Formats: sequence, structure tokens, C-alpha cells
Amino acid sequence: MNRLEQAGPYTLGDIKAGQPCCVPVPHITVRDLSVAYDQQTVLNGVSLDIYKGCITALIGPSGCGKTSFLSTLNRLTDLCPSAQIGGNIFFDGQDILHDAVDILSLRRRIGMIFQKPNPFPLSIRRNLDLPLREHGVGNRAMRDEKIETALRDVGLWDEVKDRMDRSALSLSGGQQQRLCIARALVLEPEILLMDEPCSALDPISSTVVEELICRLQGRYTVIIVTHNLAQARRVANYAAFFWMQEQVGKLIEFGKCQNLFEAPTHELTAAYLSGTKG
Amino acid sequence: MIGQGGWKAFFLDRSWYPLEGKFGIMPMVWASAAMMLGAVLLAVPLGIASAIFIRFYAPKAIAQSYRLMLNLLAGIPSVVYGLWGLTVLVPLIARWQQPGASLLAAILVLTLMILPTVALTSFSALAAVPKDILAGAAALGITRKGQIISVALPAARNGILGGTLLAMARALGETMAVLMVSGNVVQYPTGLFEPVRSLTANIALEMAYATDQHRAGLFASGLLLTLLVLVLAWLAARYQERNTYG
Amino acid sequence: MADRLFSLLIWATAGLVVVTLFWVLGDVVIKGLSHLSWSFLLDAPRDAGRGGGIGPILVSTLLILLVALGVSIPLGLGVAVWLSEFSPRSSHKGRSFGAAIRLTLDALAGVPSIVYGLFGNAFFSIFLGLGFSILSGGLTLACMVLPIFIRTCEAGLSAVNDDWRRGAAALGMTRTSAIWYILLPSASPAIAAGLALGIGRATAETAALIFTSGYVDRMPGSLMDSGRALAVHIYDLSMNVTGGDPAAYASAFILITLIIILNALAQTFTDHWFRKRIYAS
Repeated sequence: MNRLEQAGPYTLGDIKAGQPCCVPVPHITVRDLSVAYDQQTVLNGVSLDIYKGCITALIGPSGCGKTSFLSTLNRLTDLCPSAQIGGNIFFDGQDILHDAVDILSLRRRIGMIFQKPNPFPLSIRRNLDLPLREHGVGNRAMRDEKIETALRDVGLWDEVKDRMDRSALSLSGGQQQRLCIARALVLEPEILLMDEPCSALDPISSTVVEELICRLQGRYTVIIVTHNLAQARRVANYAAFFWMQEQVGKLIEFGKCQNLFEAPTHELTAAYLSGTKG
Repeated sequence: MIGQGGWKAFFLDRSWYPLEGKFGIMPMVWASAAMMLGAVLLAVPLGIASAIFIRFYAPKAIAQSYRLMLNLLAGIPSVVYGLWGLTVLVPLIARWQQPGASLLAAILVLTLMILPTVALTSFSALAAVPKDILAGAAALGITRKGQIISVALPAARNGILGGTLLAMARALGETMAVLMVSGNVVQYPTGLFEPVRSLTANIALEMAYATDQHRAGLFASGLLLTLLVLVLAWLAARYQERNTYG
Repeated sequence: MADRLFSLLIWATAGLVVVTLFWVLGDVVIKGLSHLSWSFLLDAPRDAGRGGGIGPILVSTLLILLVALGVSIPLGLGVAVWLSEFSPRSSHKGRSFGAAIRLTLDALAGVPSIVYGLFGNAFFSIFLGLGFSILSGGLTLACMVLPIFIRTCEAGLSAVNDDWRRGAAALGMTRTSAIWYILLPSASPAIAAGLALGIGRATAETAALIFTSGYVDRMPGSLMDSGRALAVHIYDLSMNVTGGDPAAYASAFILITLIIILNALAQTFTDHWFRKRIYAS
């Protein structure tokens, strides 16, 4: 396989850093959300606010429904016919679960990054070009400009600008994941959903992607599912702790990251964070 | 067609068939069966041997070309096999025993036609057997021959069987090649050198001038053929599913 | 000792098969080439085919193929896409529906060609009143080719990485765009293989055409005219025309060449159309 191996340490290049603080204004409001697949409930009674411009980490052991929660926010659960969603999710004045919502434009405004990098088997350029064209950006020059901005944002521009027509699959794992982030960013979303974006990457790539996520703060609202508690501490402003109770995932505690880690109010949270449980 | 055919299916048993006396299609059924069985008897050993050859004995380049060749053989149209059979095989057989156009000719041509199928599916089945098992056999001091016969073949058994069933279905359904070399006399296959007519050839030959009832009878025999082939194909699929590996 | 005997046996079998192939192909090439000429390709048959050429027959053959492919490619791709993308796969009912369809397709693929001929005759020629015509023959061939083509394409589409479907959905791409720009191109090797299989079968087909497109060996004026396919011509020359063997061999040579060319075309066509901008790492 032809891989673009970088000889030296990975760098992000020039990135515009976002504002250092985030505004505690709710961007998404979730009320009493429940998710079930084929009559099997995986998540129940989740209510929380996602604050604009902030990075919110969803932590907790596997199987607590964190990924399912994430998938409801951009209605990706629609892809699964056996999924039953209850409750309300308010975004921009609409309940995206019940009101008539334009799914395609919803997904433009709420982007998603998956655990395993999934660039399309196309050239790098086309990976970024295709979503733009799909969402009606007709002008070639404008598309090229947005593509360059997105690639600069994730620090890939210098690495790939001479190889834009080569296959995206020839990039290394970390580069592929950054490409996927760029692909989501190129649509200029408001919110980014990230499902364990670093877990499939090697430690160095993981660090690079983490740094990238940090710099998104202020400009984007980010919700990130992670198993890595240290990563959550480093990256997030807010944290939501999920846990399984009676075979169903529930939200146990939510609050400012600092507070959660240092002075958790719930005993389960304390136990999980100290490593006693989970 | 089915309506007409089904309705008249009764008549098959009651020997209204204008060509022979009672049970008009039986000679043809036996002929088809005999051809198919003869071809299978020849093609299966040859096919399995070919598969073994490709998998275990041939060096890589030869194996590749051999497979290519088998694919080529599989792609030759049945009329061309029929043509060759008619102009080369039949006179050859005729020199030995007249009239030449016979059951034997049909069997030989069919063998040629189904050999690639059997060989290629058997090869897939053999190739899917994991190398570890064979290595294990080798470690036990079993010879190459022993490994193949006692370990690889049984492991690939279901896949090979599936391929054989498919080949049988193909042999039963073949029309043109057998039409051209089997002599097309409606009689029970009493000997290898006797001319016979298969069910498929019968349909092909008589459709041109068949009238209502006759037509219906031909359709009915077509239906019978289809049913047989479907059963074989279904069995083949079952066996492929049960395949231990691959 | 037995080991050596065994391996000798195996090599001998392989040798036998190779010899036979060369015998058959060799005969076709040698006897065919001797009768071959440019006028053979272009002229009309004279003297029941003993003389002259196969010009009109080539035209008929290609027209029949065009009809068959023109119907089966869009229809086949459509059904394959529908089966793999739109029929519910995550529910148990959906899975068994899909399995039932696949079983039916496999069964249909195994039906003898003469039976397709019967069906084509009864349905296209008689019921739809198309008579003995290129259209009738082409449609019958389409019926024959469809099951294999659908099956191969559907298998190829199902095998495409699910991650890409989800990624495309998360980007707000419509189902159609995802299928057209990403999924179909990724499945193009399977589609090409299915196409090649279908073309091979269709071109080689004789039994299904005898009762649907007919025997007439004149240049066809329209799709409704009867036309003789190359394979049918070979059959006629060898069975019904004494002394027609040389012409038959030449036709056989052309037929095999045609199949090889069409296979190569199918490969490049699919490559060009779908894989233009696709990469497989």
C-alpha cells in the first residue's frame, strides 16, 4: 500500500485558534431522551444542555449509549429502522425529533466524525469537493477556497497540497482522520459530533488530533465521546458522565469539566473517575 | 404457458405423445439422464484432479495459465463445442463403431463443457481450506498424497459437492451441443454407441412444427426439466452453505 | 511410491485437459482462418451460407445484443441497487426477504436456456405479438442475463464498506448521490464481472434465439425484423447445410473473437464510466 509517511513529527501548521472561553448559552437542549433498538432500551431519561462554542465530553464505560446519544443529534439513527427515539431535542428553535426538519441541511449544520476514519475511496480533493457540490456550492473557485481553508484548519494543507488528486486512502490513519474532520468542517457546520475520534489512531496522531480539537473551541460547538479520561480533562470544558443502571444507559452527572473531575457530586462519578469502577 | 402446460400435464401420463407409443417422453428422459450421469462420471474426477493440480502441484505461473485456460474453456459457446463434436468426434467414433452420432459423443462433449465448472468450484473449495490444517498433517508425517486425499478433500467436500450439482444442472439443461452430436433418434439409450435424443434437444427440434397439444407437451417437458434443474441448484446452494471453509 | 504415482496422475490429467483445449481451439482457429476473409465479414451469405459471408448476421447479432444489454443493464443495476440499499436489512423480515430474492435469482440463473426460449416464444413472440424478431430475441436474452447480472452487482454493492454509507449520510448527502458517486464506483469490479458474464452468455446463446429471433439471414431493416444470430448461423451451417462446415468454422472463430472483444470492452467500459475517479487505496 502506498502510504504518505511523514518523516518528522506531525505538525498542525497554521491554525486559527478560537476564543479561549465559551459562552454558556445552550446550543442544543435535550429533554428526556430515550433510545431503543428492537424494543431493547439503551438510553433513558437523558436531559442536558450543550453550550455554544464549548467542548462537551461524554464519558463513561462502553455500552452506556453514548454513541447512540450522539447519533440522535444528527438523526443518523434514521439509518437504522429498528431504532425508536423518545423525548425532545431542541436546536435552533425546532424539535429535530418531531418537527418537520430538513435532514440534509441539519446534517450540514451538525457534522459527525467517526471512530474509524472513513474517507471515501476517492481523491483527497474529491472527498472535500463532493459534500460542497451536494450542498449546492456551485462556484468552482468558491469550493476550492473553502477546501483550502478547511485543510489549513486541520493542518493538512502543507502536507497534501501537492497531492490533492491522489487517493485519500493513501494517507496515514491520523491524516485520514484529519481529512474526515476537514470534510466535516468544509461545510461550515455549527456543531461537531465526534465519536472517539482518536481511539483508532496511534499516540502521535492522537495528540495531533487532540490539539486540533482544542483549537476548535469558540468557533464550533463540539461534543466528543471519549474513553480516555485524561483526554477529556485536557480537551473539554464540560463533561457528561453516563452509566448503566438496570441494563439501561443513564446520564448520571453533568457539569463543568473541572468541577466534575475534582469534586464530583455523585458517588458513581467519583468511583468511575478514580478508577474504582468501570 | 404454465397454465396450458400444467393443464396438459395430465396427458404426459396418458401417452398422447404423437411420436412414440406410450410414455413418449421416457426415452428422452432416460437419454438426458444417461448423458448427464456419463458426463458427471467423467468430469468430476478430471475436474477434481485439475483442482488438485492447480492448488497443490502446479508452480504459480502454470497455475495461473491453467486457470485462465479453464475460464477460456468455460467461455466457449455450446454451438462451437457442438460443431467440433460433429466434425471431429463423431467421425472418430464412427470409425470405431457406426453411426458415430451417439450417446458417447454427447457424453464426451458434455464432459468438456462441465469440466471447467467442476474444476473451478472445486479449486475454490480447496483453496479455502486453511494452510494450518495441511501443515498439521505434514507435521504428523503424512505424505502429500495423504494430505490431499485424507485432509484437504474431506474439508472441501461440501464445496466440491455443490460444484458437482451445479455441473449436473448445466449438463441437464444443455441443448445445442447434444443436439448436434447425439443423433436425435427417439429411443431408449441401450448402448453407448446408439443415437439418442435428449429432452432439451427434443424441445428444440419439435417446437418448429408442433401444434397445440404437441406444443403443450413440449412446454410440459420444459417445465419438468426446469424443476429438475431447480432442485439440483437448490441442493447445490445448500451444500455450499454447509461448506466448512470459505 | 504411491505418492509419485498420484502426482503423475494429477499432472497427466492436467495435460489431458490442456491437450483437449488446444485440440478444440486449434481446430477452430485453423479451419476457421482458412475460410476467413474480409469479404466473409462483410458480404451476405450465398448458397445457404456455403459461400458469401456473415455480414447481415453480424449486424443482427449486434442488434440483438444491444437490445438485450440496453434492457438488462439499467434494469439490472436498478434492481441490484434497490436490493442492496433500499430493502430493509436490519430487521429479520428484511433479511429473509433479501435472502428469498437471492435464492430466486440463483434459481432463475440456472434455468436451461431452451426453457427461456420457450418462455420467450410464448410471451414475447406470441403473447406480445412481436413474432420472430430481433426485439423478441433481445428481450428473451435480457431475461436470461438479468438474474446473473443482478446477483453479481448486488453482491458487489453489499460488500462495499458500510462506513462510507454512514459517512455520506452524516455529511448530509442524499441517498442517490451516495449511491451514484461512491457506492456504485466502489462496486464497479463486481459490476464489470457481472456484465462480462452476461455478455458472454448472451453472445453464445443459441437455443433461446431459435424461436424468438428466428432464422432469416437477410440484413435486418428494423428491430421488428427477424434476424439470425451468429451462434444460430453456426448451428444451421453445421446441421442443415452439407458442406457448410468451413463457413461454420470461420463463423465460430469470429464468434469466439467477438466474445473476447466484448469482454474486454465490458471491462474498459465499466472502468472508464465508474472508476474514473475511484481508488482502492
